[in-house]
Amino acid sequence: MKILVCISNVPDTTSKIEFNDDSSEFKTEGIQFIINPYDEFGLTKAIRLRDKHGGKVTVVHVGTSASDPTLRKTLAIGADEVIRIDSKPKDSYSVAKELAKVISEQEFDLIITGRESIDYNNGAVPGMLAAILDLPFVNACTGFSLNEDSATMEREIEGGKEFIKASLPLIIAGQKGLVEESDLIIPNMRGIMSARTKPLITVKTNGTPEKSESIKFEKPVTKQECKMIDAGKEKELVTLLHNEAKVI
Amino acid sequence: MSVLVFAESWNGSFKKGTFEALTFAHDTAKKLNLECVAVTLGNIKDDVNKISSFGVDKIVCVSFDYNNCDNKGISSALAHVAKKENSNIIIISNSNTGKSIGPRLSIDLDAAFISNVVDIPSKNTPITIKKKAFSGKAFEIAQTESFKSILAISPNSYTITENSNPNCQQETFNFSSETANVISEKIEKSTGNISLADAEVVVSAGRGLKGPENWGMIEELADLLNAGTACSKPVSDLGWRPHGEHVGQTGKAIAPNLYIAVGISGAIQHLAGVNSSKIMVAINTDPDAPFFKAADYGIIGDAFEVIPKLIEEIKNFKANN
Repeated sequence: MKILVCISNVPDTTSKIEFNDDSSEFKTEGIQFIINPYDEFGLTKAIRLRDKHGGKVTVVHVGTSASDPTLRKTLAIGADEVIRIDSKPKDSYSVAKELAKVISEQEFDLIITGRESIDYNNGAVPGMLAAILDLPFVNACTGFSLNEDSATMEREIEGGKEFIKASLPLIIAGQKGLVEESDLIIPNMRGIMSARTKPLITVKTNGTPEKSESIKFEKPVTKQECKMIDAGKEKELVTLLHNEAKVI
Repeated sequence: MSVLVFAESWNGSFKKGTFEALTFAHDTAKKLNLECVAVTLGNIKDDVNKISSFGVDKIVCVSFDYNNCDNKGISSALAHVAKKENSNIIIISNSNTGKSIGPRLSIDLDAAFISNVVDIPSKNTPITIKKKAFSGKAFEIAQTESFKSILAISPNSYTITENSNPNCQQETFNFSSETANVISEKIEKSTGNISLADAEVVVSAGRGLKGPENWGMIEELADLLNAGTACSKPVSDLGWRPHGEHVGQTGKAIAPNLYIAVGISGAIQHLAGVNSSKIMVAINTDPDAPFFKAADYGIIGDAFEVIPKLIEEIKNFKANN
C-alpha cells in the first residue's frame, strides 16, 4: 500500500504570534517549528497502516530548506521518504497545484492531510487536491479502516458522527481520532539515526500563480481587565452577566 | 454579476450559520451594488420564505437528491447555479459541510477561496477581506487575485439582521450529478447535546474537576443555560470526555456569546480556540491562572463549591425573569 502524507511546517502551539513592523509578515525569529498537529495524527495513522498491511509511507511538503528539520523528524517517526517541493508556499491554491503535480506522477492508494494547518487555518488544500485529482474526499476524518479495495471512515458532523465508505484511491483530511494523542510516536535513537540515511528528495518547481495573498495581519484587541467576584457571591456574577454583559 | 449565498440546510432545516451567511451576503451585495441570490439544495422542510426575510433578491431552489457527505455532488450543483447566475462572489458558512465543499467549489469555478471570514469585504476589485488566522491568535487581511471569490464565514462572527425585500423572486429547477464517490453508511447522533458550533453559551471544564464522574454539575449548568458542553485538551486526552468536546488550538475553535471555563488554567493553546467568545468567565482555585488575564469575569474558588451555588443562583434568576 502506497500512502502519501502531506505535511505543513507550523509554529509550535505555545508560540506567541508576532508580526514585523509593517504587520505584513509573521515573524519567525525565535519560533520553534513543528509538524502541524493535525498532520501528525495522519502520519501516525499512515505508519500504522503500513506496519499492518505493508507498503511505503511518503511524506510530501511544499517549502524551503528551512523545513528540513521538521521533515527529518517525520523520517525519525517512521516515514520511508520525504519529497520536498522547493518553493515558498504562497496560498492554498498554489500549494494544492504543486502537490497535485507530484501526486499525479506517482500512484498512491491513500493520501492523508491534516484537516487544516494551525497557522493560516484555511483548511483548503485537501479539498482542492481532491477536486484537481478528481478523487473521493472525506474531511474532518476521525476514523479510518481498510477493507479489500475500499475504506470505511468516520467523520465529525454537527451533533454526531457519520460513517462513510469510499473506494481507493482517496483523500482524507484527518484530525484526532484517526489515532489518539497517546499513539503519537516520539522518535527513539534508532529512528533518529535511520532518518539521516533515508531519502529527502528535493523537487524543483516553476511555481504556480496564487489566487489570494495576505497583505496585513492584526492582533486581537486586548480585553479590559477581568472583573473579579468573590466566591460565595455567585448571585453578583449572574446579575453582571444579565445586566452588564447581556449574555443571559 | 451577483453575490450567491448557499442557504445550507441539515435534514431539511436551515441552521443558524445559514442566517449569518444570508445577512453577510445581503450586506456584501448592498455594499458592492450587486444582486443577491440565495440557493437551497434538496428537500427543504422549513419555510423557504424564511430566506426572503434576509433581503435577498432571488431564491433558487434546486431540487436535487443528494447526500450530506457527497462534497463533489453538492459542489457541482452550486457551481452550476453560480455559472447560471453569473456570480463573482459566493458566500458559504464555514460549517462542516462548508469546509468540505468550499475548496472543491473553488477549483470547479476557478475561484479564490478564503475561509474563517469575519467581516464583509472592505473593498471590491480586488476583494479585500478580514479573516481569522493563527488559530484565533491573529487576524489576516487577505486579498484575492481572481475574478471570482468564495468566502466561508466563521460561525458566530457576523450579527444576524433581517432585511425585507418584497420583490424577492423564486425559481426551482432539477439537478442531478454524477454518482457519488463517497457513500454515507450510518449516522450516529451524540445524545442530547447542543452542537458546539451553534451554541450561544458554552460551559467548559478542565482537569480541575478531578475526574469524569464530576461532570454532572457541568451538564446541569449547561442544561440550565441551554449551553453546549466543552472541555480542555488534557481532559479529552485522558478520555474523560469525547474528542468532539475538545476546544482549543488543536481542537474546535468556538465563538459563543458566553464561555464559562471551570477549572481550566488558560494555556495559550486553549485560549487560542476560545478567545473569539464575546464574554468569558473563568472559575479557578489558582489566582495566578492565566485565564484571569483573558476573562471578562472571574471567581477564585473551588469549582465544587462555586458551581452548585451558581446553579442555584441561575435557577433563582430564571424563576424571576
